[in-house]
Amino acid sequence: MSKLKRTTLFEEHEKLGAKNIGFCGWEMPIQYEGILKEHEACRNGVAIFDTSHMGEFFFNGDLLSSGINKTTTVDVLKLPIGKCKYGFLLNENGGVIDDLIIYKLNDNSLMFVVNSSRIDIDFNTINNQLKSGTFTDKSNETSKIDIQGPNAKVILKEFVPFNLDELGFFNFKESEIMGSSAIVSRTGYTGELGYELYINNETAPKLWRKLIECKAVPAGLGARDVLRLEMGYSLYGQELNENTTPIEAGVGFFVKYDKEFTGKEALLRQKKEGTLRESISFKTDSKRAPRNGMEIWQNDKRVGVVTSGTFSPSINSGIGIGLVETRLYNKDEVLELKNTRGSISIFLEKLPFYKKG
Amino acid sequence: MSKRYSNEHEWTVLDEQIATIGLSAYAVEKLGDITFVELPEIGTLVGKDESIAFIESVKAASDIYTPISGEVIEVNELLENKPELLNEDAEVNWIFKLKVSDGVEFETLMDEPGYKAYIETL
Repeated sequence: MSKLKRTTLFEEHEKLGAKNIGFCGWEMPIQYEGILKEHEACRNGVAIFDTSHMGEFFFNGDLLSSGINKTTTVDVLKLPIGKCKYGFLLNENGGVIDDLIIYKLNDNSLMFVVNSSRIDIDFNTINNQLKSGTFTDKSNETSKIDIQGPNAKVILKEFVPFNLDELGFFNFKESEIMGSSAIVSRTGYTGELGYELYINNETAPKLWRKLIECKAVPAGLGARDVLRLEMGYSLYGQELNENTTPIEAGVGFFVKYDKEFTGKEALLRQKKEGTLRESISFKTDSKRAPRNGMEIWQNDKRVGVVTSGTFSPSINSGIGIGLVETRLYNKDEVLELKNTRGSISIFLEKLPFYKKG
Repeated sequence: MSKRYSNEHEWTVLDEQIATIGLSAYAVEKLGDITFVELPEIGTLVGKDESIAFIESVKAASDIYTPISGEVIEVNELLENKPELLNEDAEVNWIFKLKVSDGVEFETLMDEPGYKAYIETL
């Protein structure tokens, strides 16, 4: 097995006694003191996450003639400067090569934020479609800390030279943190008030330690996965992959069709003819959790498979997302999960699972 | 009373014919926050190393094996509503009790120093 990569915060995680796992080629903290405690910190206080493994690309050039606007579902021409938008990089069949967020830095430059496991394929897929402009992968030079939770603003405001109240949801500002340039983005993957901070590798450990001094609770990928699933957010490799379209995965509403993009014809065909598979979301009536890969059954027939599942501390029951075959599945009939440990009854539930009080 | 451990990380304390069985602190630490324990049914006859219950944490599910053969005579019902008792003290909060059919099996399990050495190798 090849050696796992480490972020610039690895030593900080070690000092905090993190438990690490191999995640898409990276050695990342799954948890520090415990997933429940870290989840609680994010929902009711403030948590920080090391997401430096994620990829950042920068484009510079003409947004129209370069072809960059056709590479993803995001319309970067319409996107105002200082805003970012979630979308997809698709193949010709409409399958998802990656989900990403694109930042409009100015009239001719963009930042793409992509999943760590997809950096190489994303970069090549986009670069190969460009007629002009410069496209650069700065993933290795960029660290990223997410600060998330109701108290995130109160802590972060001491570190930035502008008023955080000015920053609306999916807005960002090129600014500075601790004397170094930084991008502060009012986004996250948790459903809470929060910010994603793009900083250089030298600043990352200093900022991380300072945030902990300010009582931010370090949280790992375990809590991050529970938090995102409570909101019903897709995870690449589970809900999304190259053989699944955004429509099938239940995130078709993020795609607008008033511009050209790779995969558009395939999606329009699905919209017209319907899909062979569709996404469902559900909870259990106990603390038993659905798990990725469990089979979904209806009327003694296997109708689909669980793509994500966990115990949800906010709901106090198991929650999950699955992909079912449209022709076999009937939304009005009883559903259950099966594996070698027996069966679990599940009940359809609209997303998000966690509806803030 | 001496405590013995299995390869699958269950601990056993034997008092005459009655074995009290739980999950080691090491195993619970590995699983993380416990959210659900499915207890075995009282009266079930079980053979050594059979899977008879299971446990779920936020991130994973895992079988519980009986390290010893016998009949289930009691289960720790407190765990149904408070599975976190295992995180609080796994070495005290037992999961089930057996009426043992073969006391010799107990002697084949690891003692505490043996188990400590075993988990060092994992």
